[in-house]
Amino acid sequence: MTKPEPGKLMRPQRKLRDGIHVPKVTLAHGGGGKAMRDLIDDVFVSVFDNPVLAPLEDQARVSLSELALHGDRLAFTSDSFVVDPLEFPGGDIGKLAICGTVNDLSVGGAKPLFLSCSAIIEEGVDVALLRKLARSMAEAAAAAGVAIVTGDTKVVGHGACDKLFINTSGVGVIRTGVDLGAHRAGTGDAILVNGLLGDHGAAILVARGDLHLETPIESDCAALNGLIDALLNACPEVKFIRDATRGGIATVLNEIAEASGVGIEIDERAVPLRDEVKGFCEILGLDPLYLANEGKIVVVAPAAVAEKARAALASHPLGKDAAIVGHVAAGPAGRVVMQTKFGGKRIVDMLVGEQLPRIC
Amino acid sequence: MKYVDEFRDPEKAAALLAAIRELTQSVVRELRRPLHIMEVCGGHTHTIFRYGIANMLPAEIELVHGPGCPVCVLPMGQVDDCVAIAETPGVIFTTFGDAMRVPGSRKSLLQAKAEGADVRMVYSPLDALAIARDNPKREVVFFGLGFETTMPSTALTVLQAEAEGIVNFSLFCNHITIVPTIKAILDSPDLRIDAFLGPGHVSMVIGTTPYEFIARHYRRPLVVAGFEPLDILHSIWLVLKQMNEGRCEIENQYGRIAPAEGNPAALHAIAQVFELREFFEWRGLGSIDHSGVRMRAPYARYDAERKFALPALHIADPKSCQCGEVLKGVIKPWQCKVFGTACTPETPLGALMVSSEGACAAYYQYGDLEGLRSKRAADAA
Repeated sequence: MTKPEPGKLMRPQRKLRDGIHVPKVTLAHGGGGKAMRDLIDDVFVSVFDNPVLAPLEDQARVSLSELALHGDRLAFTSDSFVVDPLEFPGGDIGKLAICGTVNDLSVGGAKPLFLSCSAIIEEGVDVALLRKLARSMAEAAAAAGVAIVTGDTKVVGHGACDKLFINTSGVGVIRTGVDLGAHRAGTGDAILVNGLLGDHGAAILVARGDLHLETPIESDCAALNGLIDALLNACPEVKFIRDATRGGIATVLNEIAEASGVGIEIDERAVPLRDEVKGFCEILGLDPLYLANEGKIVVVAPAAVAEKARAALASHPLGKDAAIVGHVAAGPAGRVVMQTKFGGKRIVDMLVGEQLPRIC
Repeated sequence: MKYVDEFRDPEKAAALLAAIRELTQSVVRELRRPLHIMEVCGGHTHTIFRYGIANMLPAEIELVHGPGCPVCVLPMGQVDDCVAIAETPGVIFTTFGDAMRVPGSRKSLLQAKAEGADVRMVYSPLDALAIARDNPKREVVFFGLGFETTMPSTALTVLQAEAEGIVNFSLFCNHITIVPTIKAILDSPDLRIDAFLGPGHVSMVIGTTPYEFIARHYRRPLVVAGFEPLDILHSIWLVLKQMNEGRCEIENQYGRIAPAEGNPAALHAIAQVFELREFFEWRGLGSIDHSGVRMRAPYARYDAERKFALPALHIADPKSCQCGEVLKGVIKPWQCKVFGTACTPETPLGALMVSSEGACAAYYQYGDLEGLRSKRAADAA
């Protein structure tokens, strides 16, 4: 079978070219000649290699009958990663590029199988850094049980991109009988999350260094296919799952409220946040509900199985702080309301742009 | 979280609300109309919305959201000047984050940045000075904005630049002062304010004595308030208590941060670097005498107004924009003709829709939009 064993890196299937002996990527590495082959072999193929990738054709070839063993519908997704800085506490752009696409497939109830990797590299980037990031991708892919089966590299001049952009697309197969959708939320359903919110957004803001803050906050970047498997196995009644990335859970909740034509009420006391993230948000005047996550999902489940769903999430290491944070209300349609700890109520709307720190 | 959770205790809130309800009954019985309490500071507005405080209060208390959001009162001409500086070749223009989206007559700083100007968001004027240190061949301009709260840090940054002999740093000074502005509101013929919650962080710098005239001449109580939700409730209770007892005083609820005499070191730095302007233009409120500061002559070489040829045009507020009436408490944000239609956080006409401290943006972000729209329609009919 074409799929690698989880946790195991595939070894190269053919003899690779010699490798790169210069410290930095130059435009020559994007020229289509030997230098480009050197870069691809040295940085990417050496760590990604697997039977589907090995022939290095212009496309990966996958047997339909083998795909069909996993379910009855294909899931296909794409995401681009432009994070600054490339490395941050808890992860790097490579790990993020794998986990992000694995999660986008998994939240649809799909088993993620194959990923592509396209890298746009700014000239002058350290080859050693690229190797490290590619290794991080390979490790994340192996841990998630997916194979990187096709890819592309481009090298662009100074200023045409910011060091390194990665696009990953992914293919998975949706198990038969699973039908998750944002439009399926109904009155009384429970809203759950799998753990502490806002870590990624806070970690990235701190890692950029402009704030001169020191915190122990690490990105929660993680592949969630195992967690979602555990949830759907224990609780097939689950109606909807989405990863709460950019825009945080506030954005996902608004998307559900809009798509299902329902209201959503959450309880501030039930929203899991670590003290460091709370403090970080207090100092900067940010709202943790809007901070990005890279390892958190919002789940809608019928009230009758809410506790079962919470327990299923909590049984997995990536869900140990899972919580029921609110419920779906009959109306007003499209509105998300939070009962504040203080006893008041406020509307949790979509953000217009980025959250900007307040002056005073 | 220590020193935060204590000020967000729901049980204490319930007790305060019960006391507020009781006092309100008694005060309103005398007055025979709803009470209008203005929170001067945008930080208060933010807390009120974030914790849903307005809906917890008795219906007879109307909170009026005052002019204390420095971003919101920035006139278009001033933003145009910022854009002109930012678009000057060789300039790095630095600013606090929420000034980036304020609309100028042609564009905002965010749009200027998208078009290629080097506009950078900083968290402190010292960050701007560090950028100047690191880029000796570029002129680094800091957009000095805010009331007395942010003035000392800007003043100290200029003094630091002088001490280090940094010559490629300058300040585009748009600092404003709160007291003349409160006075302008009190002098306004359509005044509807019964009492004030005074700005806590401004008072941390200037102390509480500059407000005395409000109680003495205008017979309005003012309570300097902190920014946690219990601070707001406590301050409202103090205001009501004064009114109920027929007192009219300046009280300090925020004594843990704001001493009566202010911060002498900060005041000294302000006095050293800045002097009052004859007048300053406010969005929505027009020109107010002595409500802004400029840099003193000895610091001319750090003054962007002197270094750059600025258009300095007076740009009238858009005709349909009623920011001024909202700022004075004459109308509520949602009563403005363009609220939520022509003027939204995506396409703000008036600055009150821009900053998260702006009353209109707060209503739009946290308020019951549908309910407000139908209320406006009912009012019109």
